[in-house]
Amino acid sequence: MTNHWIDIRNSDCILIMGSNAAENHPISMKWVGKAMDKGATLISVDPRFTRTSSKADIYAALRSGTDIAFLGGMMNYILSNNKFHKEYAANYTNASFIVGSKFDFKDGLFAGYDPKKKKYDKSQWAFEKDGNGVPKRDLTLKDPRCVFQLMKKHYSRYTPKNVSSITGTSEADLKKVYETYAKTGAVDKTGTIMYAMGWTQHTVGVQNIRMMAMIQLMLGNMGRPGGGVNALRGESNVQGSTDHCLLFHILPGYLKTPRASNDSLEVYNKKWTPKTNDPISANWWGNTPKYSVSFLKSMFGEAGTKENDFGYSWLPKIDDGKTYSWLDIFDEMYKEKFKGFFAWGQNPACSGANSNKTRQAMAKLDWMVNVNLFHNETASFWKGPGMNPDEIKTEVFLLPCATSVEKEGSITNSGRWSQWRYQGPKRLRGVKTDGDIMVELFEKVRELYQADGTFPEPIQNFRWDFVKEGKFDAHAVAKLINGYFEKDATVKGKSFKKGTLVPSFAYLLADGSTSSGNWLYCNSYTEKGNMAARREKKDPTGMGLYPEWSWCWPVNRRIIYNRASVDLNGKPWSPNKNILERKDGKWVGDVPDGGWPPMSNKEKTKRPFIMKPDGVASVFGPGRADGPFPEHYEPLECPVPKNLMSSQRINPVAPIYGTEADAHFSCDPRFPFVGTTYRVTEHWQTGLLTRWQPWLLELQPQLFVEMSNELGKLKGINNGDMCKVSSARGEVEAVAIVTGRFKPFKVQGTTVHQIGLPWCFGWVQPKDGGDSANLLTPSTGDPNTRIPETKAFMVNVDKLGKRRA
Amino acid sequence: MALTRREFLKWSGTAGAAAAAMCLGFDLRPVSSYAAGLKILKAKETTTICPYCAVGCGLIVHTKKSGKLLNAEGDPDHPINEGALCAKGAALYQMTVNKSRIKTPLYRAPESDEWEEIEWEEAIEKIAEKIKETRDATFTEKNAKGQVVNRTTGIAHVGSAALDNEECWLLQGIMRALGLVYIEHQARI
Repeated sequence: MTNHWIDIRNSDCILIMGSNAAENHPISMKWVGKAMDKGATLISVDPRFTRTSSKADIYAALRSGTDIAFLGGMMNYILSNNKFHKEYAANYTNASFIVGSKFDFKDGLFAGYDPKKKKYDKSQWAFEKDGNGVPKRDLTLKDPRCVFQLMKKHYSRYTPKNVSSITGTSEADLKKVYETYAKTGAVDKTGTIMYAMGWTQHTVGVQNIRMMAMIQLMLGNMGRPGGGVNALRGESNVQGSTDHCLLFHILPGYLKTPRASNDSLEVYNKKWTPKTNDPISANWWGNTPKYSVSFLKSMFGEAGTKENDFGYSWLPKIDDGKTYSWLDIFDEMYKEKFKGFFAWGQNPACSGANSNKTRQAMAKLDWMVNVNLFHNETASFWKGPGMNPDEIKTEVFLLPCATSVEKEGSITNSGRWSQWRYQGPKRLRGVKTDGDIMVELFEKVRELYQADGTFPEPIQNFRWDFVKEGKFDAHAVAKLINGYFEKDATVKGKSFKKGTLVPSFAYLLADGSTSSGNWLYCNSYTEKGNMAARREKKDPTGMGLYPEWSWCWPVNRRIIYNRASVDLNGKPWSPNKNILERKDGKWVGDVPDGGWPPMSNKEKTKRPFIMKPDGVASVFGPGRADGPFPEHYEPLECPVPKNLMSSQRINPVAPIYGTEADAHFSCDPRFPFVGTTYRVTEHWQTGLLTRWQPWLLELQPQLFVEMSNELGKLKGINNGDMCKVSSARGEVEAVAIVTGRFKPFKVQGTTVHQIGLPWCFGWVQPKDGGDSANLLTPSTGDPNTRIPETKAFMVNVDKLGKRRA
Repeated sequence: MALTRREFLKWSGTAGAAAAAMCLGFDLRPVSSYAAGLKILKAKETTTICPYCAVGCGLIVHTKKSGKLLNAEGDPDHPINEGALCAKGAALYQMTVNKSRIKTPLYRAPESDEWEEIEWEEAIEKIAEKIKETRDATFTEKNAKGQVVNRTTGIAHVGSAALDNEECWLLQGIMRALGLVYIEHQARI
């Protein structure tokens, strides 16, 4: 979230799309309700009428996988009816930038497409630059080659008629949503978006979100209270685990994973430190070397010196241009490329797309370690449906861990608040905390490498001074994440002794004088104490920022890009929504995105979007794999033979995997209905934790499949009948819920039915509860993130008989 | 005097009980409310954050002197949830106090159709040996182009978005020190 949960109450219009907040983030609705009490409008857009929809002022249904068409139509409405916030768009976004003459868009393809490699040459999307190397601008937004005009032309194709024919939403509903949300383009109004996996899990996932981010920018909603782009994240610490980068492509604090071609720290820093020639762009990532060196110091401590590049060569490198993502892991595992595998606190046998492929892949391992609280489908895959244990060689270790209340440490919520948790009860006898398991395991590995072994340096030199007597110490690691002065140093006129905690990332250095496990968290645990543990409920702005309750990255800034919440003179765009204001030469309110004066001070100002090299937000996104403007493509599996917008039926750069387990079909009479997946309040993710809790299991005991009354009639299925739901990759048995919550869609003149089912069940527990809905989903994904397309695929549903008593 | 909501509830509970005692009626509401309080009267109180979705709701955890979890409920002072919880959060107690929890490391041998219990020491030793054996056998110093990559491609890791920040950082550190490049977790799916 660029904003945070409480801030939703400051909104004038809340769009919940790609999320069912009322069921999956129930407490968020408290703040939606508070906004509505003050007159805000709630819009719910979802293929299914959910509990969120039941609270909404406006509900619109759309076919799964057509969000860009829906929102492209909204952009068209905003631009062609002049509903946008012009001063904001011209000054704070790249809408005014002139795009180079090579850029073009024809029949679904942007310039630079290589059909053999299925890749774009993105250099053809570059901006035109002036003699100083600064992008050319036309602040009047009239130049036919400026982003604004190109964007207007691009989305003029998304007429209500076209959009309705793609999405299945009626033109009347589209109009209602567009008119209502576009009202937040008024200078003093703000609108917000709450989205979740309903947007990310598509072959166009990134562009779904970009499309909305572009709308938010054109309406002037970014950086402002009651605005922003707000991802509702699904696990308690998935924000923190992302920040600390348990991901192949990034190191803690979103630093790039070194590529094979980055053969020294100097080359690495040069390659990944963005540059700007714009004197009023802060280009904050220009500080990259300070953060990368401080990260290396946190990894290798005193063993990392200037002479050995602070241990840079001890970090593993990935090949340039190759991906090592979740989908790649299970594809390679399926091809027997791995011997060992850790599934630490995760249940991939149910959670990843295409569970049959995942489960079969695990049978090709030599060994696997699963750390968990309960028995689950991953650890026990070898005795699952269709498996013959006699033929499976995989050795499996299942290690029992402590619960969240049996240990202490911090977790970071969706609003970027890092909050400390304390240990309450004693640990259950026989289990260990995850931290202690890591410590014991690594100490044993290191012991083995003392005798001999390949390339032992990173293992021997991995910093270990935060471990005391073989025990994990959350405070010691939290301090290392914040960072220390590793030597006496003077920074910004202040002197610091070796061993002092660094007060904030502004004090980090690139010469090895400082360590910081994650620069974004530098300021979270300082000499003033553990900031995440704070519980002061002061609210000086009255806008719900609670600056002394826990701690928020970066540097306790509660709304990021908040200098865009003010006009060029530093006054809030909406006087009644003041989180930041320039008064008497100082910023008052939230921690500003840098202390520079507002834009009217042309000498000393810096543009507000400080993380972007140009200092402005990217309406035009030349860095994306699939084009600078979002374009509608059908999902990999879709119910229509043709994409109404172009000859490119699916995203031309989407990754498609080719094993026999990756079958996929469109417009195939065997799989005529659109399928989607979702969750229920009572179970969490795969249900691994919640299916073992009798209270919760009683509330949601088994897999169901929801379908419209019309489809029920068509297939002779009644409420409560047992059904088989099948796709090209697998099948599940589920109880039918025949309901008015789904309605057939009119798509390109034909009737399209959609069904949906939750993915929180599995064969281990309860015994008759059904299996994972991910047995049905395809392992393709977004070309930028490789997040799988589990929200739109093709299925069939057949009646099996009456429900068991 | 500025009272937090919880302090206010404590005070008003006492006042309610006193009023009931004076009127000598048969209204049992204050008594049952007093009885509910008894359960946690001498318990240790700690705060926590819900382990499910990322709204980050606060809870109060009550622990008996024996160290056993007694109760978990919404924290009324927490600015996000103000004491409210969803069905999962409200059932937090049952995640910890649960007969189905695994209480010892389990091992499944090749081609076996059953789990066997093993000691922690043995489990850690065996896994460490597997890591070393696999790492040494599959370690790649240079890639096909001859570039130095110093990586281990024989082992992959997934998880975990349910660990604490400090554990996440250490986990990525260990995996990277071992040379893994296939490091992924819930954020990717």
